[in-house]
Amino acid sequence: MRFDTPATTNPIDQLRVVGKPVDRIDGQLKTTGTAPYAYERHDVVANQAYGYVVGSAIAKGRITSIDLSTARRAPGVLAIVTADNAGRLEKGRFNTARLLGGPDIEHYDQAIALVVAETFEQARAAAQLIRVDYVRAEGAFDLADIKDSHGGDDNSAVGDFAGAFVAAPVKIDGTYSTPDHSHAMMEPHASIAAWDGDRLTVWTSNQMINWTKGDLATTLGVASENIRLISPFIGGGFGGKLFLRCDTVLAALGARAAGRPVKVALPRPFMFNNTTHRPATIQRIRIGAARDGKITAIGHEAWSGDLPGGGPENAVQQTRLLYAGANRMTAMRLAVLDLPEGNAMRAPGEAPGLMALEIAMDEMAEKLGLDPIEFRVLNDTQVDPENPARPFSQRQLVECLRTGADRFGWDKRNGQPGRLRDGRWLVGMGVAAGFRNNLLTASGARVRLDSSGVVTVETDMTDIGTGSYTIIAQTAAEMMGVPLDKVAVRLGDSAFPVSAGSGGQWGANNSTAGVYAACVKLREAVVQKLGFNSADAVFADSLVSSGNRGVPLAEAALASGLVAEDAIEYGDLARRYQQSTFAAHFVEVGVDVATGETRIRRMLAVCAAGRILNPKTARSQVIGAMTMGVGAALMEELAVDKRAGFFVNHDLAGYEVPVHADIPHQEVVFLDETDPISSPMKAKGVGELGLCGVGAAIANAIYNATGVRVRDYPVTLDKLLAGLPEA
Amino acid sequence: MRSFTYERAGSPAAAAAAAARTEGARFIAGGTNLLDLMKLEIETPTHLIDVNGLALDKIETTTEGGLRIGALVRNTDLAADERVRRDYGLLSRALLAGASGQLRNKATTAGNLLQRTRCPYFYDTNQPCNKRQPGSGCAAIGGFTRPLAVIGTSDACIATHPSDMAVAMRALDATVETVRPDGTARGIPIAEFHRLPGDTPDIETTLAPGELITAVTLPKPVGGKHIYRKVRDRASYAFALVSVAAIVQPDGTGRVALGGVAHRPWRVEAAETEMPRGAKAVAERLLAGAKPTDENAFKLPLVERTLGAVLAEAKG
Ligand SMILES: Cc1cc2nc3c(=O)[nH]c(=O)nc-3n(C[C@H](O)[C@H](O)[C@H](O)COP(=O)(O)OP(=O)(O)OC[C@H]3O[C@@H](n4cnc5c(N)ncnc54)[C@H](O)[C@@H]3O)c2cc1C
Ligand code: SF4
Repeated sequence: MRFDTPATTNPIDQLRVVGKPVDRIDGQLKTTGTAPYAYERHDVVANQAYGYVVGSAIAKGRITSIDLSTARRAPGVLAIVTADNAGRLEKGRFNTARLLGGPDIEHYDQAIALVVAETFEQARAAAQLIRVDYVRAEGAFDLADIKDSHGGDDNSAVGDFAGAFVAAPVKIDGTYSTPDHSHAMMEPHASIAAWDGDRLTVWTSNQMINWTKGDLATTLGVASENIRLISPFIGGGFGGKLFLRCDTVLAALGARAAGRPVKVALPRPFMFNNTTHRPATIQRIRIGAARDGKITAIGHEAWSGDLPGGGPENAVQQTRLLYAGANRMTAMRLAVLDLPEGNAMRAPGEAPGLMALEIAMDEMAEKLGLDPIEFRVLNDTQVDPENPARPFSQRQLVECLRTGADRFGWDKRNGQPGRLRDGRWLVGMGVAAGFRNNLLTASGARVRLDSSGVVTVETDMTDIGTGSYTIIAQTAAEMMGVPLDKVAVRLGDSAFPVSAGSGGQWGANNSTAGVYAACVKLREAVVQKLGFNSADAVFADSLVSSGNRGVPLAEAALASGLVAEDAIEYGDLARRYQQSTFAAHFVEVGVDVATGETRIRRMLAVCAAGRILNPKTARSQVIGAMTMGVGAALMEELAVDKRAGFFVNHDLAGYEVPVHADIPHQEVVFLDETDPISSPMKAKGVGELGLCGVGAAIANAIYNATGVRVRDYPVTLDKLLAGLPEA
Repeated sequence: MRSFTYERAGSPAAAAAAAARTEGARFIAGGTNLLDLMKLEIETPTHLIDVNGLALDKIETTTEGGLRIGALVRNTDLAADERVRRDYGLLSRALLAGASGQLRNKATTAGNLLQRTRCPYFYDTNQPCNKRQPGSGCAAIGGFTRPLAVIGTSDACIATHPSDMAVAMRALDATVETVRPDGTARGIPIAEFHRLPGDTPDIETTLAPGELITAVTLPKPVGGKHIYRKVRDRASYAFALVSVAAIVQPDGTGRVALGGVAHRPWRVEAAETEMPRGAKAVAERLLAGAKPTDENAFKLPLVERTLGAVLAEAKG
């Protein structure tokens, strides 16, 4: 189905099932521990052996010798895979560094060997017996040090930014930084690989089945049709599982070497230095305004680093679209760093970008003597500021800010920082705009009606804890006029039609639109089979009816069932309209006047993100994202050892993420919105929106509480102490 | 993890004798620290002596009016004990500020005292670390040092002792009771129990090889207000950047010990004479000679401010 004109009324608009806060259909499996995760699939194939990965002890250089002899003789060892014996391996489209290193080493903990043994413990013990000698090479590990040696690219420019900035009567010019971040999802990367001749099956934990299948085929030099990837349940990914990683490649190589199925899970320290992470940024923001508060010049530059051939963190993206202003520029600059590979994590681009931009907006509002909300409202735009002929499909940022201000009691905020005290706490409120683009990608599904009236949906879409199973079931139930318990959903299998996958908050809208398309086809087939006129047939209560004739839906299915398959594909609506999602984030913090410890008191997100397909799962997404915002604002930071070139705090004791005690109260409001430009579902992404802006709202609240402006994340107590009053 | 043999000791003295007999032997109590370290091959015992069955899990009143806490008393049980909550509130609060409920259910009194540092380089066997591998160097010095020690450090090691409980024990003047491989018992004052790193950061206590902790005794209660204040980046389940354990009497005198600043719980008795004069005076003497790094110099003002808040709370 091609979607190239705005949606009109369709069966989804009935909202009998879609739009309802129904419980997750996979909830019981999760809460009873019976949802099978990749590493636990002991039942899918017999005779599984265990692989343990060895990582490089240096960040850059060469392996001069690798001695496997003792490890080979260790109890239970079946095989050891290294670059020497693995055969030729290509690099996939989505990887920057090779997934099996050696002799050249590109980053710390780059995999250099896999030990396969009868038991996990044997594999792990033998892995420690491998002796590796290296020669180190000089590497670059400090972004701040080398950022200026890298010129500009990816610039956007409109009007005369430089001139307008110089001329502006009120302006700020600030530098901000965000550190490297780790996804830190609960379930580590894990795969079980089994060969049957030249056919390979992998049970894994992956967000993007089709990308990963393609890259696995490329890496191993195996025909793509000979590979099957199965990933029905995923214990969190946050971007860390968008791509093929070494667990999958090494499980496949290990299985080939050992001649039997092999399972590999990455140990926790590998999450930090072996897999991808969100790169650190340094950002310079300049804003100039007239005295009335209208922005006349806005410029945003961001520096980040990656391995050779890698990409930048697009921290300037939102600045091209969020506020009005005739003169504007953005630039992304990429330095070569020899730290582990950077890549997408939890709202890449906007998350770190807004952490900087929305502090700058707070600073600017203060300079102008304007309330931070009024300043943002004043600079709202309903069109793409770089191309005013291109409107936003929907943009309710102002409504988000106003609704949130009401709900949160913004009028009680004292605009003078450092004035409100509650016992040992300095109390402050902060606000930030949230913004995240809505991305459209083709997505397919197959639907089958069987003779008992059950509709089964199959798509390679993944559920990374987000609720995909549930909203897909709701979509099929709505379309086919059956109750939810008459829908079965099967996900995460490369044998199913290719979907959008999960990432960039594009999963919900696109994958359900794909299911919609397949259901439209199935409805046509049903109507034909039952001899109805397709235009006026109504699907409801497991019946198909027209006029006074009603036939059970199940009757349309023969013994073999009735199957339809289709995909949603998009025309140029995304070019003609800017599609984005908007939020206003409000936070109240307390800062301990003596110690500088910041603790969240309450949070509110007001979101405008198209139709909310399931308010319950959507809310869960948003509160989870807000929690990530707390992490980014207050504690998450990969500490870089700038001499040896690695992330030092590589476990969950050293890399802190929020715990329950950090999150006392969260509220989420969804504005009533449908976006007919986005898809037949009229929905958009919402998960990552819940994170975008939160960090700055917290930093702004800390400023309001204390009068101390911190521009380098995370805002830890050591950065506040000197500015706090005598306790 | 290396292969190891395992035995259940029959008595404390037998456990100590067995430990002295077997090269590379270790006691195992709750296992919450030791097992993690074994998985990473930071500790590679060849033989484990399980001390869980030694009936060292009781809390008894001593004839002097104090408490004798068995080495195997779980942190949860110790924190919840009525006598501890009433007379040694500091200890109860310090325990509850540490780890998580699940860990405290397993963790023991002796194991807690002997838990190893959380220096991140100690946990990475690719990095030099004098504590893990004597003579290999110290990767932390010149590296990421924010969580590390500011006082009592050496050129060989700047790690901290991570325990909360031990800081309270230090302020309470506890005594560590042991039995040695030859069967004799002794009591080690807590002040002499943990060592500074010096040239041998791998030797963390004054326990002799094979010596088993049987109990920790507390002298009779000293009264006063008991405050344990742990400062950290998140609200729970994190080690202290700095912690202050204080006992403050109505006249303003008292005791102070610090966590998160040194290789052992940090207490300078002479500094306590300054308590009536306030936090600044105390902190100056407590931290005299501190040698922080650029990254952890904030711990010095943090100690003073936190102590100020604690003394104010004691007054209020
Ligand atoms: C995630 C996490 C967070 C934590 N957070 C905190 C925190 O915030 N604050 C805090 O204080 N602690 C914290 N801890 C540490 C915890 O308190 C210790 O792991 C625990 O107290 C160790 O006790 P155990 O009985 O399990 O010791 P084990 O692991 O069994 O033993 C530890 C050491 O003590 C030795 N040993 C044990 N018993 C004896 C004995 N009777 N005589 C001689 N030697 C003995 C062992 O040989 C071993 O060397 C945390 C731990 C973890 C894993
Ligand atoms: S500070 Fe101590 S524990 Fe840390 S690396 Fe140095 S020697 Fe090892």
